[in-house]
Amino acid sequence: MSNLHLADLSADITAEPIRKGFGRGLLAAGKLDVNVVAACADLTDSTQMSLFKAEFPERFVEIGVAEQNLATVGAGLAAMGKIPFVSSYAAFSPGRNWEQIRTTACLNERAVKIVGSHAGVSVGPDGATHQMLEDIALMRVLPNMVVIVPGDSLEAERATMAMAKDGRPNYLRLAREATPIITTAKTPFEIGKAYVYEPGSDVTIIATGTMTYQALLAAEQLFKDGIEAEVVHVPTIKPLDADTILKSVRKTGCVVTAEEGQVIGGLGGAIAELLAENHPAPLKRIGMLDHFGESGEPNQLLEHFGLDAKHIRLAAHHVIDKKK
Amino acid sequence: MKKQPIARLETIANDIRKDIIKMLEHAGSGHSAGPLGLADIFTALYFDVLKHDPKNPDWADRDILLLSNGHCVPVRYAAMAHAGYFPVKELLTLRKFGSRLQGHPERTRLPGMETTSGPLGCGLSQACGMALAMRMDKQTHRWVYVVMGDGELNEGNIWEAAMLGGKYRLNNVIGIIDRNNIQIDGPTEDVMPLENLKGKWESFGWHVLEVNGNDIEAVIDACAMAKTIAEKPVMIIAHTIPGKGVDFMESDFHWHGMPPDHEQAKKALHELRTLGGKIRGEHE
Repeated sequence: MSNLHLADLSADITAEPIRKGFGRGLLAAGKLDVNVVAACADLTDSTQMSLFKAEFPERFVEIGVAEQNLATVGAGLAAMGKIPFVSSYAAFSPGRNWEQIRTTACLNERAVKIVGSHAGVSVGPDGATHQMLEDIALMRVLPNMVVIVPGDSLEAERATMAMAKDGRPNYLRLAREATPIITTAKTPFEIGKAYVYEPGSDVTIIATGTMTYQALLAAEQLFKDGIEAEVVHVPTIKPLDADTILKSVRKTGCVVTAEEGQVIGGLGGAIAELLAENHPAPLKRIGMLDHFGESGEPNQLLEHFGLDAKHIRLAAHHVIDKKK
Repeated sequence: MKKQPIARLETIANDIRKDIIKMLEHAGSGHSAGPLGLADIFTALYFDVLKHDPKNPDWADRDILLLSNGHCVPVRYAAMAHAGYFPVKELLTLRKFGSRLQGHPERTRLPGMETTSGPLGCGLSQACGMALAMRMDKQTHRWVYVVMGDGELNEGNIWEAAMLGGKYRLNNVIGIIDRNNIQIDGPTEDVMPLENLKGKWESFGWHVLEVNGNDIEAVIDACAMAKTIAEKPVMIIAHTIPGKGVDFMESDFHWHGMPPDHEQAKKALHELRTLGGKIRGEHE
């Protein structure tokens, strides 16, 4: 879609870790609003909070390796009018501190910004303990929580700035490895909106995070197969943009979802729920299918677990066949 | 709030205890021992120590009081009602459908309730977060008080916050531990020993005061002393008698999570009305 100002995928595409965009966005948000503060659980460089810490040391709190404290100190900061971004690896926050987030942020209606980096199997050699796959499900089930999974570093930057202005608890999911930059500085981002990145009429591919680039590659391959795939990028998994998604599915009649996490409770789960109640259609979900990851190189793992354009393309053919 | 004589505060504490019994009997569920034991501390806080305004609960210069062990909230509800936050008669809606007085406190339902609590171990960290925000905003005229149970100290989250408070020397945090020695499964030292409790907090960088938590004047004095400690956060270990004021509940851990039935409530109210037989009951 021309008005989305996407990058030209046919040119040499640059890649950057999505978390880098968070670091820049937090710094920018901090410059715009003195109430933006940050806290980290001993991963300040990894989560890219270091930019903010260097500029605003008096607005940064080093919590140490204590994620329960991270979330609840955040709730205390928010109670006093601060806009706290609290970061760690997703496996630990929101992995370890879910109840604290539930009670002191969500039920308590304190707008803590939970930032979980190193999500997905693309964390690579660190292995299953550190490859967070259940975070989307954990956060999506909580009332009042907003769940944001940006598709590249530029979108993460815009999402972070939007989060600073959002009065609700938010979860921002980040990835470790370099991800192709598919948007530009002009590409829109609004919390709660899904975007049609590639128009088509034969199948809807709904993707989030690192998998949106793979979905766009799959759409190119499908075009060569004579299939016009519509790619819907869903950077906000909750609240879900039901209008944009259902409009696409009513047109195409079949769906593939793609995410780098568990499909149970994840984007795949969310789309299955939406379709079942509103517009049942053939659906194939690409993602982690109720198992853990393991050590390996990121690309090796993504291929092994079927998290790539090739598998999205096969799934598209599968659901198109089921339409007939 | 105008300072009141200790004898007057003791009368208020007794009224709060009577309301706790009535509320719990009416609700048919809830915790008896903790709230009764905390009545003197909450009287001291709401009627002397805290800078607050019941008619303006969000007053920007107020002190903050967090109740970390949310199951003891009946004592806070009763103290708030007597302080003028809401009508005393509303206390009987405790735990009822549609009530602002939820079984465990919810901030968004009741003005003046500073946070939502129930799951244990989260209050001290929130107090530390609030104190950090106050420091960033150069607010040196406000204090954050946080009441915790002793059984609650089993939670790891507490000790994460203890480290943080010590590290940042959060001198506007005043913790109060309700050291009543009981928790649901039995005496604290059997369930999970806490001693040496004073030494634990001191080694985490806190200034520790010990006080008889059922002596209103001593609690007031301890809070005043705590505010003078500039270099560290302060933890007040307040030794209380669980079930205080009701003879058959005192120091019996079975009353931790149990409400009185009608006959027990009658007996308890009689004892509170007569101050344990020292005076004649009002209806005798």
